[in-house]
Amino acid sequence: MTSIYTSTEPTTSAFTTEEYKPQLVEGVNSVLVIGSGGLSIGQAGEFDYSGSQAIKALKEDDKFTILINPNIATNQTSHSLADKIYYLPVTPEYITYIIELERPDAILLTFGGQTGLNCGVALDQSGVLAKYNVKVLGTPIKTLITSEDRDLFASALREIDIPIAESFACETVDEALDAAERVKYPVIVRSAYALGGLGSGFANNASEMKELTAQSLSLAPQILVEKSLKGWKEVEYEVVRDRVGNCITVCNMENFDPLGVHTGDSIVFAPSQTLSDEEFHMLRSAAIKIIRHLGVIGECNVQYALQPNGLDYRVIEVNARLSRSSALASKATGYPLAYTAAKIGLGYTLPELPNPITKTTVANFEPSLDYIVAKIPKWDLSKFQYVDRSIGSSMKSVGEVMAIGRNYEEAFQKALRQVDPSVLGFQGSAEFGDGLDEALRTPTDRRVLAIGQALIHENYTVERVNELSNIDKWFLYKCMNIVNIYKELGLVESLSHLNKDLLQRAKKLGFSDQQIAVTINKHSSANISELEVRSLRKKSGIIPFVKRIDTLAAEFPAQTNYLYTTYNATKNDVEFNENGMLVLGSGVYRIGSSVEFDWCAVNTAKTLRAQGKKTIMINYNPETVSTDFDEVDRLYFEELSYERVMDIYEMEQAEGCVISVGGQLPQNIALKLYDNGCNILGTNPNDIDRAENRHKFSSILDSINVDQPEWSELTSVEEANLFASKVNYPVLIRPSYVLSGAAMSVVNNEKELKTKLTLASDVSPDHPVVMSKFIEGAQEIDVDAVAYDGTVLVHAISEHVENAGVHSGDASLILPPQHLSEHVKISLKDIADKVAKAWKITGPFNMQIIKDGEHVLKVIECNIRASRSFPFVSKVLGVNFIEIAVKAFLGGDIVPKPVDLMLNKKYDYVATKVPQFSFTRLAGADPFLGVEMASTGEVASFGKDLIESYWTAIQSTMNFHVPLPPSGILFGGDLSKEYLGQVASIVATIGYRIYTTNEAAKSYLQKHIKEKDLQVSLIEFPKNDKRKLRELFQKYDIKAVFNLASKRAESTDDVDYIMRRNAIDFAIPLFNEPQTALLFAKCLKAKIAEKIKILESHDVIVPPEVRSWDEFLGFKAY
Amino acid sequence: MSAAQTKATFCIQNGPSFEGISFGANKSVAGETVFTTSLVGYPESMTDPSYRGQILVFTQPLIGNYGVPSGEARDEFNLLKYFESPHIHVVGVIVAEYAYQYSHWTAVESLAQWCQREGVAAVTGVDTRELVQYLREQGSSLGRITLAEQEPIPYVNPMKTNLVAQVTTKKPFHVSALPGKARANVALIDCGVKENIIRCLVKRGANVTVFPYDYRIQDIASEFDGIFLSNGPGNPELCQVTISNVRELLNNPSYDRIPIFGICLGHQLLALASGAFTHKLKYGNRAHNIPAMDLTTGQCHITSQNHGYAVDPETLSKGLWKPYFVNLNDKSNEGMIHLQRPIFSTQFHPEAKGGPLDTAILFDKFFDNIETYQLESQRKVSMSLKVTRNTGKSKLQTLNVTKLAKERVLF
Repeated sequence: MTSIYTSTEPTTSAFTTEEYKPQLVEGVNSVLVIGSGGLSIGQAGEFDYSGSQAIKALKEDDKFTILINPNIATNQTSHSLADKIYYLPVTPEYITYIIELERPDAILLTFGGQTGLNCGVALDQSGVLAKYNVKVLGTPIKTLITSEDRDLFASALREIDIPIAESFACETVDEALDAAERVKYPVIVRSAYALGGLGSGFANNASEMKELTAQSLSLAPQILVEKSLKGWKEVEYEVVRDRVGNCITVCNMENFDPLGVHTGDSIVFAPSQTLSDEEFHMLRSAAIKIIRHLGVIGECNVQYALQPNGLDYRVIEVNARLSRSSALASKATGYPLAYTAAKIGLGYTLPELPNPITKTTVANFEPSLDYIVAKIPKWDLSKFQYVDRSIGSSMKSVGEVMAIGRNYEEAFQKALRQVDPSVLGFQGSAEFGDGLDEALRTPTDRRVLAIGQALIHENYTVERVNELSNIDKWFLYKCMNIVNIYKELGLVESLSHLNKDLLQRAKKLGFSDQQIAVTINKHSSANISELEVRSLRKKSGIIPFVKRIDTLAAEFPAQTNYLYTTYNATKNDVEFNENGMLVLGSGVYRIGSSVEFDWCAVNTAKTLRAQGKKTIMINYNPETVSTDFDEVDRLYFEELSYERVMDIYEMEQAEGCVISVGGQLPQNIALKLYDNGCNILGTNPNDIDRAENRHKFSSILDSINVDQPEWSELTSVEEANLFASKVNYPVLIRPSYVLSGAAMSVVNNEKELKTKLTLASDVSPDHPVVMSKFIEGAQEIDVDAVAYDGTVLVHAISEHVENAGVHSGDASLILPPQHLSEHVKISLKDIADKVAKAWKITGPFNMQIIKDGEHVLKVIECNIRASRSFPFVSKVLGVNFIEIAVKAFLGGDIVPKPVDLMLNKKYDYVATKVPQFSFTRLAGADPFLGVEMASTGEVASFGKDLIESYWTAIQSTMNFHVPLPPSGILFGGDLSKEYLGQVASIVATIGYRIYTTNEAAKSYLQKHIKEKDLQVSLIEFPKNDKRKLRELFQKYDIKAVFNLASKRAESTDDVDYIMRRNAIDFAIPLFNEPQTALLFAKCLKAKIAEKIKILESHDVIVPPEVRSWDEFLGFKAY
Repeated sequence: MSAAQTKATFCIQNGPSFEGISFGANKSVAGETVFTTSLVGYPESMTDPSYRGQILVFTQPLIGNYGVPSGEARDEFNLLKYFESPHIHVVGVIVAEYAYQYSHWTAVESLAQWCQREGVAAVTGVDTRELVQYLREQGSSLGRITLAEQEPIPYVNPMKTNLVAQVTTKKPFHVSALPGKARANVALIDCGVKENIIRCLVKRGANVTVFPYDYRIQDIASEFDGIFLSNGPGNPELCQVTISNVRELLNNPSYDRIPIFGICLGHQLLALASGAFTHKLKYGNRAHNIPAMDLTTGQCHITSQNHGYAVDPETLSKGLWKPYFVNLNDKSNEGMIHLQRPIFSTQFHPEAKGGPLDTAILFDKFFDNIETYQLESQRKVSMSLKVTRNTGKSKLQTLNVTKLAKERVLF
């Protein structure tokens, strides 16, 4: 295939000619941009950020952009960016339909993560791109294929003498010995099939190798032999290349964790700190050599293993696309990688592009950093049952934070607090007990705490920790500086003994006021509060300074708005004369809080700016659009703690602070900010507190005659027992401050109550446990609304598909509601009105309400802030709820008139939002839905009716393959209910074969399937032999699993657990909840014939659900 | 951190002063204050003779992380493995945060120990960003480091002294290519040459004879296949003797096919010798990230730089010379190339150390020129090169390279 770029020769035109014309790709007016879909582990918000930046770059060049991305919560899927938006599955199939309809001139494949890249390769191979003459902008397909295919990649790198981490599959001892000679000892042997590391190990020489492989090969038919790179450093480079071969490396990054931990799960520092000039530039040169050889046009990431005691290295991986690392590099340096890559795709060369940060220099340079950046991943593994907590080659984290400091300690401690606000900074944990050495040796989500425990409390030396963990001593020495401050603080007996010098040094090493107070209190009888430390600090004149990120270490003047604070300075970079409006962002993405709050924050800033306000964003999440360089007037990449927010508020003399659009995290500090004089926009924080405190909340509901499930606040197990027997099991238990359902659980009997209560009180020891009656089989409803001065301005009623009991974040939402009577809608509005009035709400709020029977509505939850469904309801109804909320904050004439979008409006479409799970990544985790949230993202699709929209939405979840008849479907679960039988009776009639695993289930299913000739078959189900199971799934062609168990598995031996887990492991659709199972069955019945016809057709037939957002709405919403 | 910390004050003449902690020699110093934005390579920078007499500010806040490698270790060419010259040339360093503990497999001592041994002042705890912003606005300024309880010493402007005379080898020395690999004899005029420049030449098969900066190269050029003009410190206009030697070399028609390559100060001296002018930059370019465009091809390279003066490209004699490279940040001149003859020079450092290796190809270009010259003149390479030079008394004196020193002659 010939290049789409007419010239690959550089020119001096950008420099020598006054009015030069860049040689751009010709004939490209419209560009199809591939999004990455629902947020999942390994593919999260970074692609909203990079995709948004790409669209900004295309729009500057007047390209018509068409976007496919079913992730409705993203910023990217907004008409302020893309011209046309399709909320459809990011699959070759659906992209083909869009190409058929839209006939784009070109396509961008490298801004939608692995999903986008895979689709691109598939579309090329199936001939679709050629057929429609769609140009691939940027890196050509051939390069993408080479970078993805292990063999092609290895031989390409061999051509230029770049060493890669090679792996040889061997089936005999002799082969293994040969392979070991080739890769050189020491080697690691990995068993290809054996689970749990059986048959794996290290060999330092041929005799050890012989022994090890003989054993391994007796356990498994094949082993993998690789050079052991244990303890090697892991280093990454972000490289950019244009069509004429100009190359730059924008950033390098060094992992704190040595090789072996997925880079997404590693603690990372940028720029590298322990590399000498020789090492740094050896790897930089190799990176450039690689991307020139591969022919990348755009952005690329190269990952290396570097020998810790020599100059040997290996290439681990090359990603010829925007990645998580590139998003981090972009935020770490200020260099807009995605923007530049998109421009390069259009044909610009690096010297032709200005550096958008400085405006005065060119994009063809390498940023120099005069600060250090720390990235720490956020894991949420405690949300899952049976999950394997070790971290390794497969990524498990759900988000990440980035912190900036002028030294390691400052950046590291900030980052540790950002990941988990309950953490003080670098600290230990007593949880390891005698297992501390093991905890240091084996990487887990808790290892950083083990290092803290060892160095701070157990007197381990740096040498010892290095020996166990292989973490470079440089990092550990720096940690010891923190340890030494802890020791000094430990000697302080009271506030008056805390001298200025020590306080100053502690602040310079990233200690928070809280951390200082707690440390002193722990070792003395003093009882110092965070606020006392703060006031002493301010009295002593110790306040942080504000520095700019300008990409070039202050060498040239650059008026950037990208800021951080530090105590390691003597001068501010900025003047504080804007009196801007503070907007607190969402912080780290985690289960329960992700891109939807970034959408809220971005739209808040947008509306404030439109109203002529200067905006100041505080956020520390590198995966977000809110931290992009052009979204706000000032961006502080900083902690969302009381201390830091107040610092910034005071320095900036901000006009006010928005705390209700970033989810629960900013909400948690609202009252403290308010009490200390911060002007909080919207609902008074005291009123917010009256909703978050269960007692106050409940008594107000009682006073306004709004119903709620029976509840009680309890401080002992005895009281709890008494309450449970009064209201009858099941009951729901929860702590008073709830974050994504943490520690919430449904309890069915006294025994469970006893175990669960101990778990819940672990979460929040200062708060008593709240118990309420759990109503089974009820329908749940979400009400999102905005009020002004106690009057509802706008509201949306979304109906859950799942019954109450599934966390609302895991629920499928239908909007407009399809099963609610006018009467119920009126009652819901009435409740919203009463609540808005009672809490004097100004701004966003959300309620979860259950409908028990026909008329009884009970409020189970109320959050006086924007909820995760705000972008969904805004986009589905075509009314931006955040814009209204911000106008309400500001008050006056701009406050819009109240409008009822639910009662008086007819919609000829339905949208359904469904959860995106990441169970595939979480080995062992039980894919069961409950009151604890488990999903990592969401997708939504529109349709003419519920069936069409759910059908599309469910296909939009990642790697969902619609089972086609006559394939097999496996059934299991609770036989005491009718659901499973109902599902079976529907799918049996449309040609699927029905399988189950035991006689009882067989007769149950057979009974439900009316047609006598449709047989239910039994299959063997070897619980402990995964290999056999896989063979059986293949043999019976099982393409979907319906497992409707009534409760969580009690052990990993449970048949239902094994069935669910293997559906995930074999990448087969799993339905584990009755209502969604039933809805999907109905979709199959309605849609499968059409699907088969379309798939079998020679011509491209576009199915009816392929309509853009504005076509569904009838207008362009924002 | 050591218990006994000495405070130090860093002052800029007519400018701000900064309090910090000394971690270097117990000595107050003065010099010209310059800054580098390079992220790595402090041992390389500090031993680079071009930094002679300067107080170097690092914008990378964490310095000393990987300690200091051996100053004794030598490679297969008998060149210093890790340093760019045997000693530190800066008089002082200013850092935001010194790493009191280092970690690296090549390290033999800490940066502090090294500075103390070499008598170099070092200050940590300075807001180097604030300092750089001042230097950026005011231009390179004189500065001094005063240790607690010492009297401030007077400000010194090293740019007024002939720094090159201080750093050049005192006598010629010779570095041979590996046995059997020799393909050219190159004369190198040492104005403060970095070890890696010599390495880049010998590695490619040159027997390199290094001459003091004032050596009359025009007298012996015929014995060599190429002439190299090295980097070095200070104001190029103070090197009049080298300039006039090079001018004679250029003006001698019998040398009109001999390849010449100059780097940094060597570039400026070549320019001055050819009749062009140089000027002092406001605060110079010292970094590893500077884009330079090749004006003959349009290709851009990321370059390593360290200079306070620049050639004014408008003053290059038209019809003979043209600008070769241009700095894309400040549009300053980055090189020149002769229109007919095999002569070119660059302001940046293709040899890197520290910095990016992107332009190492220019050494290959020099060797291509050498090869052409050798073909043209049917020259043969001899290991036992005998250089004859014309002394002032026009009496021939022979320089037998095998008898020359094998490394820099410092005194």
